[in-house]
Amino acid sequence: MNLKAKLFHNKLIHMHHDHILFFNRFKVKVTAKRRSSFIGLSFISLWIVGYLIFALYPIVYSFYLSLFKVRLDGGAIDLTFEGFNNFAAAFLYDPYFVEILVEYVLEMLLNVPITIVFALIIAMLINQPIKGKGIFRTIFFLPVIITTGPVIRELMNQGATTLPSIDEYSIIDLVITNLNSAIADPLQALFDTILLVLWFTGIQILIFLAGLQKIDKEIYEASMIDGAGPWESFWKITLPQIMPLITVIVIYTTVSMSVFSLNEVIIYIQNVMLGESTVGTLTTGYGYSAALAWIYFIVMVLIILLFVGLLSIRRKSRV
Amino acid sequence: MMKLSALKKELQNMPKSSGMKRMRKILFGMKFTDGLFYKVSVYMLLIALSYIYLYPMLYMVTGSFMSMEDIIDVAVKWIPSSLNFENYSIVFTEIAYLRSLIDGIYLAIVPAISATVSAALVGYGFAKFDFPFKRTLFVLMIMTFIVPPQITMLPMFRMFSQYNLLGSIRAFVFPAILANGLNAAIFILIFFQFFRMVPKSLIESAELDGANAFTIFIRIILPLAIPSIIIVFLFSFVWYYNETYLSGLYLRGSDLLSLPLRIDQYISNFTSIYPEGSPARERMQAVKLAGNILTLLPLLILYFFTQRYFVESIDRTGITGE
Repeated sequence: MNLKAKLFHNKLIHMHHDHILFFNRFKVKVTAKRRSSFIGLSFISLWIVGYLIFALYPIVYSFYLSLFKVRLDGGAIDLTFEGFNNFAAAFLYDPYFVEILVEYVLEMLLNVPITIVFALIIAMLINQPIKGKGIFRTIFFLPVIITTGPVIRELMNQGATTLPSIDEYSIIDLVITNLNSAIADPLQALFDTILLVLWFTGIQILIFLAGLQKIDKEIYEASMIDGAGPWESFWKITLPQIMPLITVIVIYTTVSMSVFSLNEVIIYIQNVMLGESTVGTLTTGYGYSAALAWIYFIVMVLIILLFVGLLSIRRKSRV
Repeated sequence: MMKLSALKKELQNMPKSSGMKRMRKILFGMKFTDGLFYKVSVYMLLIALSYIYLYPMLYMVTGSFMSMEDIIDVAVKWIPSSLNFENYSIVFTEIAYLRSLIDGIYLAIVPAISATVSAALVGYGFAKFDFPFKRTLFVLMIMTFIVPPQITMLPMFRMFSQYNLLGSIRAFVFPAILANGLNAAIFILIFFQFFRMVPKSLIESAELDGANAFTIFIRIILPLAIPSIIIVFLFSFVWYYNETYLSGLYLRGSDLLSLPLRIDQYISNFTSIYPEGSPARERMQAVKLAGNILTLLPLLILYFFTQRYFVESIDRTGITGE
């Protein structure tokens, strides 16, 4: 009690029931609203401090570093201002980075829609009145629990991420060799990584499933009486209802695939940062790797914006 | 209307209808989606997809039991000729599995608990109080999810090395306790959605009884939030346990390693000793699979008992809109 009295009744802070006196001079009225915002801010103060230290500061600092050539002398850090040269060097003098970046963009443009389509199909299958829903849900969610960099890398090395039947029965090969390479190459890539793509659908399936279960069953019955088949009711009822979810899923999928530790680009960025990959004098070190990370981030945001833009165009044209 | 009358007619004709018609009805049902044909195709598709999903797991499990002869023998593709635990015992002793497992769980559980506590506090603050710039702060919080760790890892790496946090679990606990750990935005969102549903009258009546905000949170709000707490803790635990990118950076060369990293390190040491194409190198394939199974085993056991919470999680983020 004594401690409490000392804490709240001293020269700095003097608390009364209707006002607080700071430094014996500044009187601040205590209102219910102010008290509530003070308590609210104290609850999120943990996050504010954390945000400043572990998000805002690193983000600003890494952008700052990306404008410099950084040399480390023991503990000291030696900076030479370069302007946007690091960014320019990434595109002009670093063919490897450009190559893996383009590959990454193409991969995202292909894999994200496939992930979403498969997740939606699987969610709709599970949403049917069938037995063993729980078992299927458990199976399809399992990869979320066990997908880690080392495990996936091992499976890829041993060729367990492509379906054996695709390799063994050469039907697909036959189809692919008879197609134009512009169509066949992405198709081949798709079959090679289909398993990996499917393993990224766990969370998305659950999101779709939750959305599908919220759609009123009566709407389907009403449309059925009006003569709509399953195909029509999918395009006219299901899809518009879950459209907002697709935006969320696009963002989630793109981000989770982009930060997955086996992504070529992020491996390269880390190698540059640790000085394990050197291309030229400029294209090395902390400053350069910070620039690469920023380019990567910007490209990722552009991809997300592209998808979200496409989705909103579709929605507008439908309304 | 046309359809309805046709339906009625069909119903009247039912007893007289031919076997062909009845067959068709069993196969395709009244409205296609209730027919046998439809049901069977749904099950077939689901089973086929399950096989695709489980294939890598099956591959790992069967491969991990293969002996040297099985790997070399082309005839043995799927089922090992004998159940041999040799691969497991190699990994088990070489990496001191039990100690590594305890290390791995320790590295996951402490940050996970910190992340759960901080996410609950922050989620409650956002859900139940009004303060200036609340919307801005909330948007900033969600945005942290999009920023890839590659942006922040470099300054963080320097910061941690300055304060001697590299190679220590504190490099993970500090961000977690300040609600900026791995995927913290998702966890805060889960709590935010839950606390928003807690009726205001409950809090107000406790206030009338003289409880202060913190007491209300501990004594009344938290007991209600137990399912959310379990979900956040489980996800956080799994993600920290599986995390290899940042831990590879922060724990590099230290004694404390997460289990996936430890196995990874052991394998790369082992492979560098034996030349390409030697039998021992071939053998490594099976040993690696056994190592992976041993890494995943704790998670599989956890998932087996708690999968209900995992699959319920999405409803709790509220992204489907309430």
